Amino acid sequence: MTITKTQRDILGSSALRPDGISKVQGGFAFSSDLHAENMLWGATLRSPHPYARIVSIDVSGAWNISGVECVITAEDVPGQLTYGLISEDQPVFAKEFVRYMGEPIAAVAADHPETCRRALAAITVVYELLTPLTNPEHAIDGTHEPIHPDGNIIRRQQIVHGDINATGPIVVEGTYDIGMQDQAFLGTESALAIPDHDGAGIEVFVATQWLHEDRKQMAKCLGLPEEKVRLVLGGVGGAFGAREDISLQVHTALLAMRTSRPVKMQYGREESFFGHVHRHPAQIWMRHHATTDGRIVKIEARFVFDGGAYSSTSSAVLINGVTHTQGPYQCPNAIVDGYAVRTNNPPCGAMRGFGVVQACFAHEGQMDKLAAATGIDEVEIRLRNIIRTGDPMITGQILESVAPIERCIRETAAMPLPAEMAQQPHELDLPGGSGRTADRRNIVRGIGWGVSMKNLMYSEGFDDYSTARCTLTNGSVELKFATSEVGQGFVTLAPQIARSVLGVDNVTYDTIDTQIGSAGSTSASRQTWMSGGAVDGACRMVRERLFEHVGAIHNVDPLRLAIDDTDIIDTMGTLRISVQEASANFSVSETYEYHHRTTEDLDENGQGNCHVAFAFVAHRAVVDVDVELGLVKVVQIATAQDVGRVLNPMSVIGQIEGGIAQGLGLAVMEEIIVTNGVVRNPSFTDYLLPTALDAPVVLISMIEEPDPQAPMGAKGVGEAPCISVTPAIVAAIRNATGKTIDRCPVRPQDICF
Amino acid sequence: MSEPEHYTLTVNGEEHAVSDAWIGESLLYVLRERLGLPGSKGACEQGECGSCTVYVDNAAVCSCLVMAATAVGTQIATVEGLNQDGSLTDVQQAFVNEGAVQCGFCTPGLVMAVHHLLDHNDSPNEQQIKEALSGNICRCTGYGRIFAAVESVISVRKNTSS
Amino acid sequence: MPVFIPSSLNEATQLLSKNPSAHLVTGGTDLMVEVNFNHRHPETVIALRNISEFQLWNVDHTAGLVHIGSSVPYATMEHGDLAKVLPALAEAARTVGSPQIRAAGSLGGNLGTCSPAGDSLPVLSALDAVVHLQSNTAIRSVPFSEFMVGPKRNSRLPDEIITGVSIPMTNGWQGYAKVGVRNAMVISVASVCLAIHDGRVRVALGSVGPTIIRCTESEEWLNAIGLENVDHLLAKEFGEHVRAESRPIDDHRSTAEYRRHAVGVLAARLLLRGVQK
Repeated sequence: MTITKTQRDILGSSALRPDGISKVQGGFAFSSDLHAENMLWGATLRSPHPYARIVSIDVSGAWNISGVECVITAEDVPGQLTYGLISEDQPVFAKEFVRYMGEPIAAVAADHPETCRRALAAITVVYELLTPLTNPEHAIDGTHEPIHPDGNIIRRQQIVHGDINATGPIVVEGTYDIGMQDQAFLGTESALAIPDHDGAGIEVFVATQWLHEDRKQMAKCLGLPEEKVRLVLGGVGGAFGAREDISLQVHTALLAMRTSRPVKMQYGREESFFGHVHRHPAQIWMRHHATTDGRIVKIEARFVFDGGAYSSTSSAVLINGVTHTQGPYQCPNAIVDGYAVRTNNPPCGAMRGFGVVQACFAHEGQMDKLAAATGIDEVEIRLRNIIRTGDPMITGQILESVAPIERCIRETAAMPLPAEMAQQPHELDLPGGSGRTADRRNIVRGIGWGVSMKNLMYSEGFDDYSTARCTLTNGSVELKFATSEVGQGFVTLAPQIARSVLGVDNVTYDTIDTQIGSAGSTSASRQTWMSGGAVDGACRMVRERLFEHVGAIHNVDPLRLAIDDTDIIDTMGTLRISVQEASANFSVSETYEYHHRTTEDLDENGQGNCHVAFAFVAHRAVVDVDVELGLVKVVQIATAQDVGRVLNPMSVIGQIEGGIAQGLGLAVMEEIIVTNGVVRNPSFTDYLLPTALDAPVVLISMIEEPDPQAPMGAKGVGEAPCISVTPAIVAAIRNATGKTIDRCPVRPQDICF
Repeated sequence: MSEPEHYTLTVNGEEHAVSDAWIGESLLYVLRERLGLPGSKGACEQGECGSCTVYVDNAAVCSCLVMAATAVGTQIATVEGLNQDGSLTDVQQAFVNEGAVQCGFCTPGLVMAVHHLLDHNDSPNEQQIKEALSGNICRCTGYGRIFAAVESVISVRKNTSS
Repeated sequence: MPVFIPSSLNEATQLLSKNPSAHLVTGGTDLMVEVNFNHRHPETVIALRNISEFQLWNVDHTAGLVHIGSSVPYATMEHGDLAKVLPALAEAARTVGSPQIRAAGSLGGNLGTCSPAGDSLPVLSALDAVVHLQSNTAIRSVPFSEFMVGPKRNSRLPDEIITGVSIPMTNGWQGYAKVGVRNAMVISVASVCLAIHDGRVRVALGSVGPTIIRCTESEEWLNAIGLENVDHLLAKEFGEHVRAESRPIDDHRSTAEYRRHAVGVLAARLLLRGVQK
């Protein structure tokens, strides 16, 4: 009898998403699809001004509209009036001042979204307009009065490393401008809040990145104990950092508690642009000193991150930025000065890449300048400088992570270049696409490089952890975790882990909510490592108990037992019993909390072991440019990424291709345009995301050198793809045009003038 | 608000009564909030993302831009109507198999757009595929796995018919 | 009942005369954006989807005219026989929004909205299209140059419905190009339509002025020299003449300087395509 072995969905397989079927059928419940009996709709009144004193708020007009059940302002916040991820400086509702265009002032609950809109229009707010602080330099030089009691400098951090007076014969410098990118997840903000019958608590279904952090902030503002605020993850339509801060959570919950009815709140696209933090626009000056053979001697740098009106995670973004000044290169001497400042521009915070996107744009621009100044090829100059495991970084921290940067670069370089443009190219293959702007003879091709490193997990002594529970009963496993699934595929990975560790195939996961300990945020490329580590740990504990159980029954030392496919075997004997059979009439449940190793704060010279681990990546971009019109088509991106170990090939490819698209967006088309604090383009008409016609060919090599620190050898892969692809594309544009372009996104006028 | 609307829409072959509706409600709103068909998604309210793609009389359009009350007398098809028995179409299965689904918010609109493309052209080339899908934004995948899913459907259909 | 779906043109014009503040809608791709964003609050709507003559187009070879009903969707203009007789319109139609928008949007909508960024409008200008209007009491035909009078302002009277457009065919080359920062689904930053008829050039510009700009000065200059003399240098000079006739502004999408530059480049390139150089 032959037994056909089907491939099991264990680690290493491209297991399919468990929620894939419901998503393709349209049945998957995003938080915006949720309803409740007797539900009201909520909506938010936002400031049209970037900076003003609130003279008066008159909500009586709203109350007079039939169908309106509740109107709330700062006066109605029962608990703490402010919230925030690091510093609690952001008001639930503006009270004395509005500090950015879009700041919430009031909210209403009514029977129909249209009633809500009319109610908001009937609220009268009298403002005394003030001169907004919009130039970050004025926050630093003190020429603008403080716009917030905490002052205009959110954080300053310097790094002093080695001999700051060292110099080199080759000196190149540049000032790099990175524009404000938006995460632009498709599933806009939404929540459904259902108050408890006794009015003493509330259940909130919300699309978010970190249930427990949301709960913590909500409980404080609602004046409730945390256990009375229960959060359930509603289906999330993408996040990319924008859901790290709360947006509508307190507003929705407060309306629900005040009306004693379920309240649903949902942002449209325009409101979404105002409702979440964006990527920090930054200006970074760097000066590299090098030897004549291109080795970095010293880096000087000045970073200014514009944090906008409230601090969010600006402080941590700054640290990420300045500590990545040197990039994936050796740098014996450095002096860096970095600021995260407060302005009346839109608040900025987490976006995929978290400060390193900006730093990388600058350091890769510098590497190309070094290449030009020394006459050394841009690939070679990077290879000459690469950092290796055991080397110090400019923070003094020794790089302990596996660091296959050389392989990243060489494998990328080895990938075939695209074919020459056809003599009669299809019009859609030309820059300008169906706009038919170019002929073949107008096009120049360029090639550019970007290499980066990216820290994984959180930093500076933050005790980050994740929790998971594994329950084994009769050969089936149920997992429980609060890990926010935003599309990245943790719900696919977690069962794969259980299948590998426990030898079962039937693995389900329970509702993702706050009925278990925190899983931390879905950000910082951390969930595979942290929540994967928690699931792995919980499953291993269950396996130990299972082996004890089997060992006792079969009189075998449990230490001899192992999982072989779907069986338990005695590695030194003949016992073989299926996990199914072994766990019949046996139920075990274990909860595990995974912590990474400790990290330190940085001292006043920016010295300290502040990061947990690093991943590396290289990108090569090929672009076609219509130089006269300044239009760009990204033809091909080749990349080799240090992933540690591929736990699900399809998921990793999805992260790489998706991240590259976002980096491409920052390179050539995505920017929130703010003038005097006013957002000019809060819509998909004018905030342009890459379409199917903008997608380049992507060649991928996944470099597997398992990192012994990582629980399964796998590094986080989410952010690296979007970091060095942006400078690679801009470098390719420079290569095609011969222009010095030190900003992103590159606009047509930057190329043709 | 203005005088409430009462009308009937034909969706996925069935008649649905709509009552006490506001004149400005889009077809997307009515499908999702009144007719219990939340499969079509709204991400931009201005026809710039394709998440709300439905068929109105066999044209693939953005339902956020159709005034619901003006769609009386048309045949409306949504993602829920692709397979009435709950099984997956080949396009839907390919999306699942090829990793074309991450957060899934763009997925129903894309599935509708792909079906529409292949209903009208059984062997589109690469540029035709991309142009046909250029009105559907995906923020998660970068489109690579989506193209792979479309190519796999085309290939299987070709082999099946030959 | 605030939503009317008339099944004939007469019914529609009667309804409009009784409800002069009614919003006319076909594809909804402009109106519904305004409604969704709370900029417009319709009380009465007249939907034109069922008026069959608005969905038709035909070619009158004798008169050399193409008649296009006001509800014919852009998708119909992109391919097939209509595209053969009006290639510039086909190229413009292809750049409108997305496939979903092109399945619903129409010339009636582009003309009703009359934005300087309306993708088809430079074609209507360059080809000297005539706009047909009908009210309960009269039928009127207006050359495009007199129809568009300002940014989002046309000379349609409140009781008139745009019934269609008549576009003269050209016996020479015609083409269209539009600049956008992305390769699909973009509002025009600058656009140009160039057509050659009886050996003479016409050029119209979009998104670079309060209305579509017909470059009469540039046309006269080049036509006096003669198209047979066009080479790269002359095309470049032509571009500079076109550039000088544009009146673009700075806005969040682009700068006046870039737009002016872009129309000059496009005009030169289209001219070279037109004379096959």
